[in-house]
Amino acid sequence: MIHIENLTYTYPRAPRPALDHISLDIPQGQFCAVIGANGAGKTTLCYALTGFIPNFYRGKLEGRVQVAGRDVLTTPLSELAGEIGLVFDNPFNQITGARFSVREEVAFGLENLGVPREEMLARVEEVLARTGLAELAERSPFTLSGGQQQRLAIASVLVMRPQVLVLDEPTSQLDPVGTKEVFSVLRDLAATRETTIVLTEHKLEWVAVFADRVIALAEGRIVADGPPHQVLAAPDLERYGIGQTRYTQAARHAQARGLAAPDKPLPVTLEQAVAFFTSLMSVAEGDVMR
Amino acid sequence: MNIRVDAVSFRYPSGVLALRDVTLHIAQGESVAIIGENGAGKTTLAKHLNGLLKPERGSVHIGDWDTREHTVAQLARRVGYAFQNPDDQLFEDNVWEEVAFGPRNLGQSEAEVQAHVTAALEQVGLEGMAQLHPYDLPASQRKFVALAAVLAMRTPIVILDEPTTGQDARGLARLAAIVEALKAEGRTVITISHDIDFCAEHFERVVVMAGGMILADGPTSAVLAQSEVLARADVEPPQLSRLALALGLPGAPRTVEAFVAALAERAMSTVNRDTRMTFDV
Repeated sequence: MIHIENLTYTYPRAPRPALDHISLDIPQGQFCAVIGANGAGKTTLCYALTGFIPNFYRGKLEGRVQVAGRDVLTTPLSELAGEIGLVFDNPFNQITGARFSVREEVAFGLENLGVPREEMLARVEEVLARTGLAELAERSPFTLSGGQQQRLAIASVLVMRPQVLVLDEPTSQLDPVGTKEVFSVLRDLAATRETTIVLTEHKLEWVAVFADRVIALAEGRIVADGPPHQVLAAPDLERYGIGQTRYTQAARHAQARGLAAPDKPLPVTLEQAVAFFTSLMSVAEGDVMR
Repeated sequence: MNIRVDAVSFRYPSGVLALRDVTLHIAQGESVAIIGENGAGKTTLAKHLNGLLKPERGSVHIGDWDTREHTVAQLARRVGYAFQNPDDQLFEDNVWEEVAFGPRNLGQSEAEVQAHVTAALEQVGLEGMAQLHPYDLPASQRKFVALAAVLAMRTPIVILDEPTTGQDARGLARLAAIVEALKAEGRTVITISHDIDFCAEHFERVVVMAGGMILADGPTSAVLAQSEVLARADVEPPQLSRLALALGLPGAPRTVEAFVAALAERAMSTVNRDTRMTFDV
């Protein structure tokens, strides 16, 4: 679904590339999380996937980006808008301000495409239900909580039925309740396997639980790529300014103290951590019985 | 300099009752995390501490000052407040001037200003960026400019409103070091934060708020072990608390080291000292 080949991009007047020889294939329906320190290139990658680069930002670009069979670098943004949706970190940047209700806001993109009324209404209602906004349909977007606004931003992108949904730190401005709301929408969306999801996120516990795949960026390069339990537990990512969950940290500390075998795979979720430490305790109890 | 919030109620002009009869005493040198969901009253309470809001009922004292009898500018000598959104407080043309604004306004000598600004910029890791325009920095670093501006004022009390928002692992480590340094200097550090893991590790006392009231207040591990209180405040316990609970370990370990020590103790109590699972505790 997404094919990136040797992509290198440098912002105007920047001393070094923001993306440096990135090659990447993401199959349809995959939920792919992109992690990395601030300034590692996460947002730039989101912009490259959605055509913001090079359409809005100039600079120097080499390589290829294909999404849903289209060349992002040469296809006009208006044509890409139906295939690829981008959700920003701050829902205020996304909500048009030109519509007075949640329902009208969600319909805005379809109105611009001239979708027939009956179809538009049906699609809007379907998306409102999927994002848990049906009961808020008549409310003004500006009276919503942060989590509700971000779900509205996602709804107004989803209604376009994009094949690829790109979200750039969608929960960074949200409290834990809002974060949970957004991830529950993403989880339901991922379960259908219809939409390919690319998400940049600092909240690693959520990434560990929900993503199929994690890509770690540092200084514009891919430094790790694999399933969450591999990438999020990789010890060498610390030097790139990438953290770990407390579950992984606790398990590593237990290994350092000789409480756990040094080659025992490290946990990245609560569930895995419970299994990791329960097995340590049951080994201990087994020894007593022996 | 002690903080005394006594029976404070506050209603916004919109009619929302944001604080209901809140009493909270904080001694000089304490580190306190105020947690709770949006709308719980955390920021309203914090804004009472630097005089941005004055109590409708009850009283707030910062040392011997009643906040109703002092201006925000006067209270700024005693309470530094780093806002959640740095753009609410940044207005100078370069980072140095931004950080120097507060100390100058407090009447510090130029030599003191020089020393305090230099130290604050170093502490937040922006020493090479003094001549840049704040808005040429990314948001995560603008937050550190705003924090430096507060640190340079050398107030006995420092309030950090959502300091971890938008920070990556390095930013979090730097913040942690700043909080620990403030604690070591005996300054009072108060944070309002949704980052419960950060609060657990670096603050010695936790105040849980919901609906404009204080639901719990006490030493961090004691408060974080009260999962039913946290649930009532809609706060998810820290990762290590959840893990300890799932494993049946007692209390709420605040750090990775404390968690592993509790685990080791449990293992010691079940394992014969001669088996291979014996280890140095």
